[in-house]
Amino acid sequence: MTITLTHFLMISAVLFSLGLFAVITRRNAIMVLMGIELILNSANINFLAFSRYSGMNIEGQMAAIFVIILAAAEAAIALAIVLNIYKRFNTVNVDEISILKD
Amino acid sequence: MLDTILNNLSHIVPELIVTATLCVVLLAHLISRKSSQLLTILSIAGLFAALYSLTSNFGINISAFSGMLSIDPFATFFKIVIVLSTIVIVLMSRFSDEVNAEQKTIGEYYFLILSMCVAMMFMVGSSNLILMYLTLELSSLTSYIASGFTRKAKDSSEASLKYLLYGAFSSGVMLYGISIIYGLTGTLDIAGVNQVLVQGSANNLALIIASIFILVGFGYKISAVPFHFWTPDVYEGAPLTITAYLSVASKAAGFAMMMRAFKVMFIDSSVMNLPAGTWTLINGIHIQNALMIFSVLTMTLGNLVAIWQKNLKRLLAYSSIAQAGYMLLGLVVLSNDGFSAVMIYFVVYLFMNLGAFYVVLLIANKIGSENIDDYKGLGRRNPFLTVALAVFLVSLTGLPPTAGFIGKWMIFISLINAKMVGIAVIGVLNSVISLYYYIRIIRNMFLRDGVDQTTPVIEYPLAQKILLLSLLVPTLYFGLFFNELVQFAQISVSIFGSK
Repeated sequence: MTITLTHFLMISAVLFSLGLFAVITRRNAIMVLMGIELILNSANINFLAFSRYSGMNIEGQMAAIFVIILAAAEAAIALAIVLNIYKRFNTVNVDEISILKD
Repeated sequence: MLDTILNNLSHIVPELIVTATLCVVLLAHLISRKSSQLLTILSIAGLFAALYSLTSNFGINISAFSGMLSIDPFATFFKIVIVLSTIVIVLMSRFSDEVNAEQKTIGEYYFLILSMCVAMMFMVGSSNLILMYLTLELSSLTSYIASGFTRKAKDSSEASLKYLLYGAFSSGVMLYGISIIYGLTGTLDIAGVNQVLVQGSANNLALIIASIFILVGFGYKISAVPFHFWTPDVYEGAPLTITAYLSVASKAAGFAMMMRAFKVMFIDSSVMNLPAGTWTLINGIHIQNALMIFSVLTMTLGNLVAIWQKNLKRLLAYSSIAQAGYMLLGLVVLSNDGFSAVMIYFVVYLFMNLGAFYVVLLIANKIGSENIDDYKGLGRRNPFLTVALAVFLVSLTGLPPTAGFIGKWMIFISLINAKMVGIAVIGVLNSVISLYYYIRIIRNMFLRDGVDQTTPVIEYPLAQKILLLSLLVPTLYFGLFFNELVQFAQISVSIFGSK
């Protein structure tokens, strides 16, 4: 069986859906962030697959490199913020962190 | 290659100046730990230099860095709005007790504000989808940290976490949409995407899904309903100066990016025989109706929920959601008039919204509260401050003779010219609703008596009064003499790569 563009797109769609599912259902801030990482990586797979299989250009691979760097920066900032939250609230459950309300 | 890059650098001098300033500010804080005044002066000097060098970009309409960045009148206009609001915010921070309490990390505070400014200046000019995503993330990442700047306060920490989760999620979805667009068209350049879409070869269902995903990212940045959930919490929890900055500069940058993407990607410029200054969407793309629904939802929900708010910061958050709804109407019109109306609105909004936040900040410094009930009887204790707040609120409602009236008037006129009277009527009805909650504040200040009648008149230093006047005067001036502003917006409407 040869691996085609469709396979990659299916993998990325599955990853994207799993990421979406994690963001919606998980209450732990770290788990939500992991879901977001899945979404970013699913987009990366898309970029790479399109760039490789349609023989268009390397723009997609460039985009993937930038996104990887950005994901690292985002993870650093996100963890710092979550750490700060843990110091204040003693929990990282997003449902319990709600002193701002209507 | 190197020559072109060096050549192009001369077009981003304003951005380079702000970047240099933020490095200098960070170093200056490391060297002299004592003086926060020095940091303010350095930031202001850098920002004014950037503003001055922006004037040399007037009339330039080119594409730089192999099509990544557009230097056009449209971008220059929004850069001026962003730099001006940054100047006001830096001065406001100088007077904010909340910010000055964090003496130890005050250098980082100015660093964050300036790096947000740089990110937004690149945002308004970016004409490549991946650069759009990167600049949007750069400005978002810095604003996550800035909204949690007062780390000791619980609500500030919560605001930054909520902002982070919503922001990272929305921009992730947007990135997935961009990757689909790339697959469909084979390019990330927005003008290139347009060329493929005009031929009609892209799969329509995939295109609709991708457009919706990208709209999620834009909608989050401009806090349009239904992507607005972060806005009230973040605006309430963040330091007041950051809230003011997010509500003006961040929104302006988001709008500019969205308007550029919308106009360059989805407009069919080959269609002739249209009235001058109007455009038509590419066959098979129905984004106009979607935007219309978004804008009506945004302003109606923003205004209706604002009625119930007790905290003034939260009320202004909902009011800024509603204002975004009016501005979205300018995109629905599909004409240069609509775009220039949005640009005029942003100049006006800059003065009136920052003014309102500034007065709230000065009052919070003294009475330590942002609750509307605590504003009772303030009119007697400080007439100047409360009258100024009343003017800003009247302007936000959109009543003459204030500048807010001109902003709304231009948007409604462009709607009526495009024969969308129904939508214009909904907009006017919404303004009437907004009158109710703005007037409630004014009533509390002037017609209700405070708890303790004996409290003396609140006094303010001269410098704080000067900043207030410099926001108050334009709010009244542009309400009466608006010709030059309108003309400036009309010549600034041209975007590189579209007619």
